[in-house]
Amino acid sequence: MAAPKKGRRQGTQGKPGRTLVFILIALVALTGGMFLSGHTTPRLGIDLAGGTSITLQAKNEPGQKNAINETNMNTAVDIINKRVNGLGVSEAEVQTQGSENIIVNIPKGTNAKQAREQVGTTAQLFFRPVIARQPSAPVDGGKDKGDKGDKDKKDKQGSSPTPGAGDKGTDKDGDKDGKGDKSKDESTSPSPTPTTQGRSVTDGLKDEPTPSGKSSDKPQDKKDETPKPDPTGDPSAKLQEQFAKLDCTDPKVRTKIKEGVKPSDPVVACGKDSDGNWNKFILGPSEVSGKEVDDAKAVFDTTGAAGWKVTMDFSKTGTKQFGEITGKLAGKQSPQNEFGIVMDGEVVSWPFVQQALTGGQAEISGSFDQDEAKDLANILSYGALPLTFKEQSVTTVSAALGGEQLHAGLIAGAIGLALVIIYLVAYYRGLALIAIASLGVSAALTYTIMTLLGPTIKFALNLPAVCGAIVAIGITADSFIVYFERIRDEIREGRTLRPAVERAWPRARRTILVSDFVSFLAAAVLFVVTVGKVQGFAFTLGLTTLLDVVVVFFFTKPLMTIMARKKFFAGGHKWSGLDPKRLGVTPPLRRARRASAPAAPVDPKEA
Amino acid sequence: MSKLGNLGARLYRGEVGYDFVGKRKIWYGISILITITAFVALMVRGLHMGIEFEGGAVFNTPKTSVSAAKAEEIAEEASGHQAIAQRLGNDTLRIQISGVDTDKSDHIKSELAKELDVKADDINADLVGPSWGDQIANKAWQGLAIFMILVVIYLAIAFEWRMALAALIALIHDLTITVGVYALVGFEVTPGTVIGLLTILGYSLYDTVVVFDSLKEQSKDLAKQTRFTYSEVANRSINSTLVRSINTTVVALLPVAGLLFIGGGFLGAGMLNDISLSLFVGLAAGAYSSIFIATPLVADFKETDPQMKALKKRVLAKRRAAAAKGESEEAPAPAAEAGEDAEDTPAVVGPRSGPRAQPVRNRGRGRPSGKRR
Repeated sequence: MAAPKKGRRQGTQGKPGRTLVFILIALVALTGGMFLSGHTTPRLGIDLAGGTSITLQAKNEPGQKNAINETNMNTAVDIINKRVNGLGVSEAEVQTQGSENIIVNIPKGTNAKQAREQVGTTAQLFFRPVIARQPSAPVDGGKDKGDKGDKDKKDKQGSSPTPGAGDKGTDKDGDKDGKGDKSKDESTSPSPTPTTQGRSVTDGLKDEPTPSGKSSDKPQDKKDETPKPDPTGDPSAKLQEQFAKLDCTDPKVRTKIKEGVKPSDPVVACGKDSDGNWNKFILGPSEVSGKEVDDAKAVFDTTGAAGWKVTMDFSKTGTKQFGEITGKLAGKQSPQNEFGIVMDGEVVSWPFVQQALTGGQAEISGSFDQDEAKDLANILSYGALPLTFKEQSVTTVSAALGGEQLHAGLIAGAIGLALVIIYLVAYYRGLALIAIASLGVSAALTYTIMTLLGPTIKFALNLPAVCGAIVAIGITADSFIVYFERIRDEIREGRTLRPAVERAWPRARRTILVSDFVSFLAAAVLFVVTVGKVQGFAFTLGLTTLLDVVVVFFFTKPLMTIMARKKFFAGGHKWSGLDPKRLGVTPPLRRARRASAPAAPVDPKEA
Repeated sequence: MSKLGNLGARLYRGEVGYDFVGKRKIWYGISILITITAFVALMVRGLHMGIEFEGGAVFNTPKTSVSAAKAEEIAEEASGHQAIAQRLGNDTLRIQISGVDTDKSDHIKSELAKELDVKADDINADLVGPSWGDQIANKAWQGLAIFMILVVIYLAIAFEWRMALAALIALIHDLTITVGVYALVGFEVTPGTVIGLLTILGYSLYDTVVVFDSLKEQSKDLAKQTRFTYSEVANRSINSTLVRSINTTVVALLPVAGLLFIGGGFLGAGMLNDISLSLFVGLAAGAYSSIFIATPLVADFKETDPQMKALKKRVLAKRRAAAAKGESEEAPAPAAEAGEDAEDTPAVVGPRSGPRAQPVRNRGRGRPSGKRR
């Protein structure tokens, strides 16, 4: 919002032409980009264009009799809403249908497949100590089936995960205090890896690429190793037996062992390392739950093994719990010094611990690509669904409002705009040309930017946003009106046009900036705080406010400066809107050049 | 237009003017009355929360010749709930019923099918929960509260706390009136309504700030003169920005009026009407409040300031002295066609010509020559 500070009376007078050329180039570039991207219309919301509707059905889990209730369903709706509506501008809608279904409507042009993956994932995350781990081979020596058929992205995350310790650069919720932060001030706390070279990553996170599952630290060749009973959680004989029989290569088996699992019990589980080999685990009861993850980010790790990883910040409680569990595990024998990060029943990684990690952070690394890391981070940030869902149907839905609403809206908007133009011409005469040109530029910028935001941030325009854009016309026009009135006031003072244009600018500029800042503040606050449609609105408001300032500064003002040199305006032609006589100027003190009948061609006036 | 232009010039010079601030009791009275009406409407009639907030059932029928009003009747009879039926452009009906459960929906469907003379299977019924959960609403309230706090702080820094307070009162006034009109008209509150309200929020403040900006400018060196009281200056700043206020309001309202009357006329009820009604009422209220409420309030607050009280004393004393000398300060002026009533009013600020055209007496300061009086 900051305007380039220019000396008073200078303004952009020096080179208005250059500024004009600049904004026109920007406009051409945007339009060109729009055509190149192949999207020539803004993405429309469901209400206007329809889209895809996904119906999810809550599944009854054994052992959770009354899990499907209104509270849980509403929580699930909120979480799914955040997942599909990351930025709040995509206009996706989530609502319950009946007692056990959730409908997710996604506007046309969204990547439906990706969205489906996001809404369906339960995202229950637990940190459990590893009691026993073995590579899992088919028990019957059968084929390794299921690897190919299982497209689940989590399977691709082999893991060379490391719990990152260290101080956090930004601290959202008072992790700073509390016990769990002794390493805060140590700029290099040893990393939990055998090779200790503490390095700072951008956010103050220390981490190390750990040897992957193949390394000698994570022995894989102990097939005959029987799990040692762990003092913290003695696996029952039943569990031992289950473990011995477990074949993780069979997807059916993998699904089966996830059923009816309670976080407070030891379990058997499966996990895949980065080479795609399955490991089977006995895991102790959950020590930290994913609920304690405050925030998760996808980070590109430029150090060590370059690649995408997901870093997590724990809450206060989580930090404490995580410090405790890692403290307990540190110094134990492999594999009991490892903890499993279990996502939806599958072990996504099993980093081992060298010392208590009290920095309140952990990370999951593996062979992610960018989208996978982002999706996982997104899912983790917004928490676990209280229920498991099954995708029931995916269908296309037609527009909720039908085209006639949009048509009527656009027609009405056009009529309104025509009325505005007529009014401006009646009142401002020639000046209206400048206003209309500015409105045109403003409209063109808004349209192209909104169109380009469709593919980039999934921005979708719904009917309220269209109306908002129409109202924004009025607010944009206000900036011109403020400026024109200032110019006229200066002329009433008896100034000629050119000095009037320059003197009026700083005063008008301040008014425009102060009032636009208020609008922008509203947009920014609402965008940060709210979710869903309100957030989408805030985005539109912020965008139009910014464009208003840009257009006035880089188009209207320079154009006015140029026009002020034209005889038609400077001479105060009676059609110019700047006729001193009409403005009721008492004969000026200085000589005002008033061409009584200018030879300049009168510009055609069309409304 | 030249008449208007001339008027603008005279407004600018303060030759003519409408006494907005002096008549503030009237405006406050009007506003309090409207606000009370809005409150009563809210209490008595309440707001119809739309299906997005409450959930319910939606029935879409195939083409039918039955009128929307009739369909509404049928649906209400069948469900025992408030129903809203809309005829869409393609002769189908959309019937929304809030607060309907599953076992009722089949019954309603068959009733509708019978009355509308279509197959029950062709009516597509959907039972929906709110897509605007509590969370969205809560977050929206939270955002509003935070915004109001920040904007008051900002305005207090950019202008002064009195203006910040007045702007906030004007804002609440606009929102209350808009919500009240909704309760009166009985339109359903949809996401469109909420978005309209939020637009108003931005616009109302925007408009107020423009007027305040001029007020701040004009009252810069107020304490250094003894010609006008703060209220008079406030009034002059309203008058000098009046043309801009009127133009802006017209320009902002025209497209919305287009949406409301033309768009609504095409289609009857619908999302467009929702949004444009809240916008229309809110924008009009916003323009009204920035002139008739916010600025007089600032003047009221400001006049309690000891400095301003002293100034008022000085000004009045000086005027009395002048009157005693037999100089009339009052120059009757034609009334400006401002606001809704244009009665003859004496000029508020009455120099014989524009302030700038006055010979600069009694002021040595600021002269390059440094000439003393």
